[in-house]
Amino acid sequence: MGSHGIKDQIAIIGMGCTRFVEQWDKGLDDLIISAADAAYASAGVDKSDVDAYWFGTAQGGMSGITMARPLQLQNKPVTRVENYCATGSEALRQAAYAVASGAYDIAMALGAEKTKDSGFQGLNATPPPNDGTGRTLTAAAMFSMVSPAYGQKYDVSSDEMRQATAHVAQKNHANGARNPLAQFQREVTLDTICGSPTIAGDLGVFDCAGVADGAAAVIICRAEDAHKYCDDPLYIKALSFVAGNGSGLTDPDYDYTTFPEIAACAIDAYDQAGVTNPSAEIAMAEVHDCFTITEVVLMEDLQFSERGHAWREMLDGRFDRQGDMPVNVDGGLKSFGHPVGASGLRMLYEAWLQLRGKAGDERQIETVNPERNLALTHNLGGYPGEMVSFIAIVGTELD
Amino acid sequence: MRGITAWATYLPFRRLDRGDIAAVAGKGGGRGTRTVASFDEDATTMAVEAGRWAMRSLDSQPDLLLFGSVNPAYADKTNATAIHAALRLNASCGAFDLGLSPRSALAGVLLAAKGAGSALVVSGDIRTGLAGSVAESAGGDAGAAIMIGDDSPEAPVLAEIIGTSSRTAEFVDRWRTPGEPHSKVWDEAFAQTMYIPLGSEAFHAALVDAGVEADQVAAVAISAPTPRISAASAKNLGLSNVVDDFSQIVGQCGAAQPGLMLAHLLESASPRDIVVLVSLSDGADVIVMRAADAIAAGRHAPTVADQAAAGAPVSYGKFLSWRGTLQVEPPRRPEPQRVSATAAARSNDWKFGFVASVDPVTGSVHLPPLRVSADGERTDAMGQRPMADVSATIATFTIDRVAFSPSPPIVFAVVDFDGGGRLPLEVCDCDESEVEIGQRVDMTFRLLHTVDGIPNYFWKARLQRG
Repeated sequence: MGSHGIKDQIAIIGMGCTRFVEQWDKGLDDLIISAADAAYASAGVDKSDVDAYWFGTAQGGMSGITMARPLQLQNKPVTRVENYCATGSEALRQAAYAVASGAYDIAMALGAEKTKDSGFQGLNATPPPNDGTGRTLTAAAMFSMVSPAYGQKYDVSSDEMRQATAHVAQKNHANGARNPLAQFQREVTLDTICGSPTIAGDLGVFDCAGVADGAAAVIICRAEDAHKYCDDPLYIKALSFVAGNGSGLTDPDYDYTTFPEIAACAIDAYDQAGVTNPSAEIAMAEVHDCFTITEVVLMEDLQFSERGHAWREMLDGRFDRQGDMPVNVDGGLKSFGHPVGASGLRMLYEAWLQLRGKAGDERQIETVNPERNLALTHNLGGYPGEMVSFIAIVGTELD
Repeated sequence: MRGITAWATYLPFRRLDRGDIAAVAGKGGGRGTRTVASFDEDATTMAVEAGRWAMRSLDSQPDLLLFGSVNPAYADKTNATAIHAALRLNASCGAFDLGLSPRSALAGVLLAAKGAGSALVVSGDIRTGLAGSVAESAGGDAGAAIMIGDDSPEAPVLAEIIGTSSRTAEFVDRWRTPGEPHSKVWDEAFAQTMYIPLGSEAFHAALVDAGVEADQVAAVAISAPTPRISAASAKNLGLSNVVDDFSQIVGQCGAAQPGLMLAHLLESASPRDIVVLVSLSDGADVIVMRAADAIAAGRHAPTVADQAAAGAPVSYGKFLSWRGTLQVEPPRRPEPQRVSATAAARSNDWKFGFVASVDPVTGSVHLPPLRVSADGERTDAMGQRPMADVSATIATFTIDRVAFSPSPPIVFAVVDFDGGGRLPLEVCDCDESEVEIGQRVDMTFRLLHTVDGIPNYFWKARLQRG
């Protein structure tokens, strides 16, 4: 028994990503077609060349037909997956295992979400019929309990916490401002961030991810076939997933300063990839900054920072675009936007651009080099105490 | 010896200053306050709260549960069953509704007094009226619980019922078509002329039934439709020992009013005092009681007077929105779904009884209950742990300004229970600025929302105060 991973067995040979924004004039079908066509073109393959599909959407539709119908796929296996906000990553994970198994030569994973058709604020889930005793809080409320707990545990004043989380928003908006696909392409000042109306607890509007429509897609094949399609593929080094058992909600020992599912997922991912020094070996990370405080805590759960130090390193600019460990260079959920089922593959799209030097002069990071050529994407779903966690590590070279 | 073996009342936390009414409604109001059930309370939840306090002093369960209210949550379905479930009464305890008039709950007390076995009679009412009406300003919201039974070591009689009498008359002094939100009233002077002779006849007949003279009576409580009728009745009976009816603080609480008055009588009685309850509603009902030597043992629950003196204000605007008279735009979030009847039935012990599971191996307490131990090792090896009466401490909290609530924002806390167990849940009856980490809370049975006519009951935390 063990989690062995599929390091270097799978190559990414093409990707596509729509802009993430309120796309009032486009439906889910349009978003699926856009992302899929961009991925086919990127990989240089025809629709008929792709043998199997995994489609991630949290609430966009049921069954693989939601994807097969708009694309008019001809007798292809299409599997719809859902795993909270990590849905897009789950689609990749399933597709990768299927190709690694030898069952298919080429597969596509596509995530898409049409969040803005509901007319409601924020993200919404429709629970199955139930006994009415569950919580009805927003994710913002659940995450808003993290910052005060973190500050108390590590003796960080609420003002310092505010500065650290505001820095996350400022950084990710600055990154989004350079990105033509981001929802919010505008820098914001610390005064604006700190002065925004509160949503839950101390979390203001600018502490929350943008809610957007969008889709992203990836095409994969076996690593040994990669150069048939692509001169500079990426290779999957790790795909790790942990579904929490909800114990954090009911365990009095849980203190809201860490996400244990993510810490466990990181250990497994680094083990799969053979990474022993994440900060030295990983050149960039795309992480699930659903709220600004989430990104701070993630830096510790992903082992980029020592416990209790991430807030300081965030303020010091270590995770800025030009910092030592660039995080959410594309703007992150915060400013790129968060169409639930698409976000995991949007993160991978940024790794696809940056590791291959294709992000453009305005955005290209400088931390990627022959010795440091890995990228990490981290995608979570749920909230503190009851969470799913996904981590992928990809790189430009086979070991 | 048969009589009252336990009692308790429940007054909701909020008070409406009647002086705030006229500025908005253009009329009505008056002096003093009335009690206001929160948006998450109804007749059932207030009856449960009173019933929980009454049951706490007893080592025995009632044979019968009776519930009276003018505005129950359900028609065509028994309301007392939810109360039965929340009080975790024995399956063999019959639970019945008594009907829709202010007289209903007292009828239960009279029936139980003449019957056998033990009966818990609970009531709850939210008194409503059109904005600016007398019904609105003079009404009040409350719950009451009276336990009747034979004297026993498990449930000693605290006040013996030594005489009763009833008079009935058909006349219309107030009325409501079933389903209507408000009642209408006839001329109060007409009601007064009808009630005074009815009260007098029943009062004297009850004294005869009890075999006591009027001058032996230590105190009388009058539960009347209005303070004016109460005062006129007291004057007619020549009484100088009538106890406060709390009309200046609480208001007239419908089906719960006789229970409230009965409780107040017993809370001020000395051993062997003879006390009399006069209830004027569609006739007159009088109960003569003699306080037992052990009467003080019944005063374990907060008294009516103490509860009346507590509380905090609610604005008239919020009051109107809580009663549905003023519809405020909700957050732009999905409204809750209808509760699944089947799912709710499966989780009765949790949803209504607030019973957790406890792992006999690790001692850990799980809310909601688990079938499989938290370490994943053992299936169906858990014990039961009732949590409704277990206090807890706020570990952390937040204010949710976006989530749907009938009265946003939601104050939400992660609470750790004494003896183990944690649950994130809503905090009720508090302003957001009041909540702090480390505060102590108790559990209270509340109405989360009503969708498609099905009330969704569950538990919330309430700050311990004073």
